Amino acid sequence: MTPRIAVVGGGMAAARFAERYGALGGPGTVTVYGAEPRAPYNRVLLAEVLTGRYDAESIALPLGGATARPGCEVVALDPAARTLRLADGTVEEWDELVLATGANPVLPPVRGLRRTDGYGLAEGVHTLRTLEDCARLAEDAVGARRAVVIGGGVLGVSAARALAALGVRTEIIHQAPYLIERQLDAEAAEVLRERLRTLGVDCYTGNRARAVHGGEKVGAVELANGYRLDCDLVVLACGTRPRTALAHAAGLPVATGVLVDDGLSVAPHVYAVGDCAEHRGTVHGLAGPAWEQADVLARRLSGAEPDARYPGTRPRARLSTGGLEYAAFGTVDETLDPGLDVLRLTDATRGSYKKLVLRGDRLVGAILLGDLATVDALAGAFADDGALAGHPLHLLTGGTAMTGVAR
Amino acid sequence: MSEAYRARNIGDPVAKQRAATFLGMTLTSTAALAAATDTHCPYCSLQCGMRLGGPTADAPVEVLERPDFPVNRGALCGKGRSAPALLARDVRLTGPLLRDHPGGPLRSAGWPEALDRVAAGLARVRAEHGPDAVGVFGGGGLTNEKAYLLGKFARVVLGTANIDYNGRFCMSSAAAAHRRAFGLDRGLPFPLEDIPHTGCLVLVGANPAETMPPAVRYFRELRETGGTLIVVDPRRTRTAELADLHLQPRPGGDLALALGLLHLVVADGLVDEEFVARRTTGFEQARASAMAHWPDRVERITGVPVHRLREAARLFGEAETGMVLTARGPEQHSKGTDTVGAWIDLCLATGKAGRPYSGYGCLTGQGNGQGGREHGQKADQLPGYRSIEDPAAREHVAAVWGVDPATIPGPGKSAYELLDGLGEPGGVKALLLAGSNPAVSAPNAGHVTERLRSLDLLVVADLVLSETARLADVVLPVTQWAEEDGTTTNLEGRVILRRRALDPPEGVRSELWVLRELAARLGVPEGFPADGFPVEAEQAFDELRRASAGGDADYAGISYARIAAEDGVFWPCPAEDHPGTRRLFLDRFATPDGRARFAAVTHRPADEEPDAAYPLYLTTGRVLSQYQSGAQTRRVAELNAAAPGPYVEMHPRLAERLGIADGEPVAVTSRRGRAVAPARITDAIRPDTVFMPFHWAGAGRANSLTNPALDPVSRMPEFKLCAVRVEPAQKEATP
Repeated sequence: MTPRIAVVGGGMAAARFAERYGALGGPGTVTVYGAEPRAPYNRVLLAEVLTGRYDAESIALPLGGATARPGCEVVALDPAARTLRLADGTVEEWDELVLATGANPVLPPVRGLRRTDGYGLAEGVHTLRTLEDCARLAEDAVGARRAVVIGGGVLGVSAARALAALGVRTEIIHQAPYLIERQLDAEAAEVLRERLRTLGVDCYTGNRARAVHGGEKVGAVELANGYRLDCDLVVLACGTRPRTALAHAAGLPVATGVLVDDGLSVAPHVYAVGDCAEHRGTVHGLAGPAWEQADVLARRLSGAEPDARYPGTRPRARLSTGGLEYAAFGTVDETLDPGLDVLRLTDATRGSYKKLVLRGDRLVGAILLGDLATVDALAGAFADDGALAGHPLHLLTGGTAMTGVAR
Repeated sequence: MSEAYRARNIGDPVAKQRAATFLGMTLTSTAALAAATDTHCPYCSLQCGMRLGGPTADAPVEVLERPDFPVNRGALCGKGRSAPALLARDVRLTGPLLRDHPGGPLRSAGWPEALDRVAAGLARVRAEHGPDAVGVFGGGGLTNEKAYLLGKFARVVLGTANIDYNGRFCMSSAAAAHRRAFGLDRGLPFPLEDIPHTGCLVLVGANPAETMPPAVRYFRELRETGGTLIVVDPRRTRTAELADLHLQPRPGGDLALALGLLHLVVADGLVDEEFVARRTTGFEQARASAMAHWPDRVERITGVPVHRLREAARLFGEAETGMVLTARGPEQHSKGTDTVGAWIDLCLATGKAGRPYSGYGCLTGQGNGQGGREHGQKADQLPGYRSIEDPAAREHVAAVWGVDPATIPGPGKSAYELLDGLGEPGGVKALLLAGSNPAVSAPNAGHVTERLRSLDLLVVADLVLSETARLADVVLPVTQWAEEDGTTTNLEGRVILRRRALDPPEGVRSELWVLRELAARLGVPEGFPADGFPVEAEQAFDELRRASAGGDADYAGISYARIAAEDGVFWPCPAEDHPGTRRLFLDRFATPDGRARFAAVTHRPADEEPDAAYPLYLTTGRVLSQYQSGAQTRRVAELNAAAPGPYVEMHPRLAERLGIADGEPVAVTSRRGRAVAPARITDAIRPDTVFMPFHWAGAGRANSLTNPALDPVSRMPEFKLCAVRVEPAQKEATP
């Protein structure tokens, strides 16, 4: 009998799994159940959908021969009976189950975020996780004059940049002492902040939002230090949390995410990939690792490589959007360990900052910001476990031999 | 025969007489012109026009300029200029060779004995194991007439399905993608002379500065007239040095790179919506594929930084007109067909196909790489680029041949599959091989050599004693370019004419004669026409014209006289009053609905990616002064002086890490074999990749290493990428 594979969740990992399973000649039928009203699309591009660079229609992802069931939220799983139940009460059978439920935006402990009736976010308060979020935010941004983004991680910075590009003066409130503190160091963040300022985004780091004021429509954000930022729009960018409720209710093992082994297996005939999955203690929450997981699982379940293993993904951060460019690899904070050396190149005129963190003749971390010419050489050095031949200066200047436009 | 044709043709007895009177004399240029034969170079797919005069003190003919031929306007590279060296008796075969028993030496033999031995051997294997145990392996260097009759011989006389050729290793991925997208496969859909007029040219995995130097003029002219040249290559080749922008992806990255550029074209609003709507189908699926290849991800896969991708997408997307030309770089992969499909998608999305000065093309490799794949030496095809599985095609060709359509076998094994199965149960036991040297040029060549040795009978027709000929039981010496008439079809789809300028040595025969003699010995079906294997090339061509009539590659209206009078005729040319087709697809594509088809493709890893045991990429390719397996060029002193042997190109940082000095012998090892050659250290290559040219046999044979993983559609092996480890040869030798 043709195996029936149910994919719960219609996000990026789901799409990748479905496409690869088909491409690898998997014998089963794949059904992708998504709560969102549209077939899977590329979530990475949402900030640029906001700026209008991409149409909402154009960012659809390929699904191979899979059947997409958008608007079909799965509300319960029965791993023993191998069934799932949809919001409309329909029960569907499966032979293999792939959990790709993704993650939800984290709502910070800030007063006034929710509507007075308790349902949903207050008018003018947004998250940026789905195309629907994006459409609502774009609509609200028309005529808005000032926006506050709560959270200065990658998503917050991207969203702020996009709003600024739409002509909305934007401020970022960030609790940590500097922007994107998980990937950058203080100096890089400072260069980034300067760059953001020229794009129309101001940053308040080391600050926490205490409350959103405004009644029917948001009017201001109050900071913990008592300062008040007037605004018409608030965007919450405080990270995401794996969606594990379904797995939990079905009695599947859950810690921060749904626990998977190197085969991405949760329980017999049940697998998990992407933002909802926790592998060797790590929830990646990034598209790159999600796709690597989906690739491995597709190889396993299609029969192309039944013993494929997911070894984990080395962290590599990359932003390349509207004038903001950086890449960060490995350990970037040399102060954690006295055995680490640093090689740094700052060019304030060109807005670039480059840094290598070394232990002896091994590379353990790097940041490139503003000038990414050597990104390939750096990636190569990391792929070689950081082994360096000769002076590492070439990792900061020159890059691989590429000529520019000569005329 | 027209007067103009007669005057240009050394076949004319008067001209021949005149030539003879110059024997031993130093020629003045006027005299040379008077005695000259207009013909074409024996090497690559440009098929440069050349004029043969002579003789000279060193050679029986002298290569002269032929400035009026449009492709090269007189220019020739060192290979073409030195081609007469191969006419010398001491480098070539001058009589048949026979091996009396396995392991014994090759000895001289007369033609009757050699042919009897071949016929008896083929007949015995056929009788014992069935017709499919007899195989034929052809080459992309054979003329159209030879390729056509070789295919006919296989199907009619041998009755075997198993005929394929080395073009499978050459253009098959581009051919498959071409047909999928456009419904027709011709290397270039436009003449080379259009190239300088395009706005932006992308050369993908092509190094014409070394492989076809006379073509470089077109790229220079392009830049002089304000066009932009983008070169995609893991190495900073001589061609890359000509470019405005060089993208240096890791091997195997071309598919992701093309999709990444398509992604940016969509993002930046550079899609030609009107063109897409009017002339294509399948855009939405291709766009979805591109959305799965966003810039950061493509950078990660390919190593090409996002800002370079943006630059390339903008240059190509914003140009009024544009062309993409691929060569073996993106094609010789287990994902070659999809890779070419992705580059075609980029052209289609930006409206750069089926319009003047725009389009996708493939720089074919071998001299008759184009024609060689059109007339029936490919396992799945009949003349005219017809499918062997199409009943109407079988009927048409059977009628021309004078046989029952039911007797024409079905599709056979592809080149590597055929070689891999030699001597195995169910495989080919007796092989007739012409114009190819797989002992050097096939992937996993050590294994292929073993397979060739295991045959009951190996017959090789060649002009020199190639490495493959050395393995043969019977070696048949055949004529070469200056000694025979025949047509080839260059990369533009231009059918051109090679003319006989001198007589071959006494013991040398043409393949056409060999096929006729073998057919006579082996027997033909009842009712088969007496002249079914003509020895005169023009007669063979006239039959080919009829066989191709109505097919995709329709030569019906092309004649020797027209070719000579018109500097070649472009196919399709269905009638004598048809002008030929210089530019394809301007009105419609050759698909049933006239629309080009987008391919929905996705990046995938190579069959073998580097890992801990084999941590580096090996990519293989060509050098300026050698050609293909080197069977010809390694016998020319001046070419050997310029390119004496194999080498391993590597980046200085890699060399430093491995403790390797320039010129030091290094051992390169893959899962299939080992090769040793001196290191050549240069920063023109990526530090994660080493490069070896594949022209040599012996210890430095690059194809000892390469991976025979096949593309699922084109059956192209993965020559351009395998995983290797590299170490100093001395260190490795001492345990």
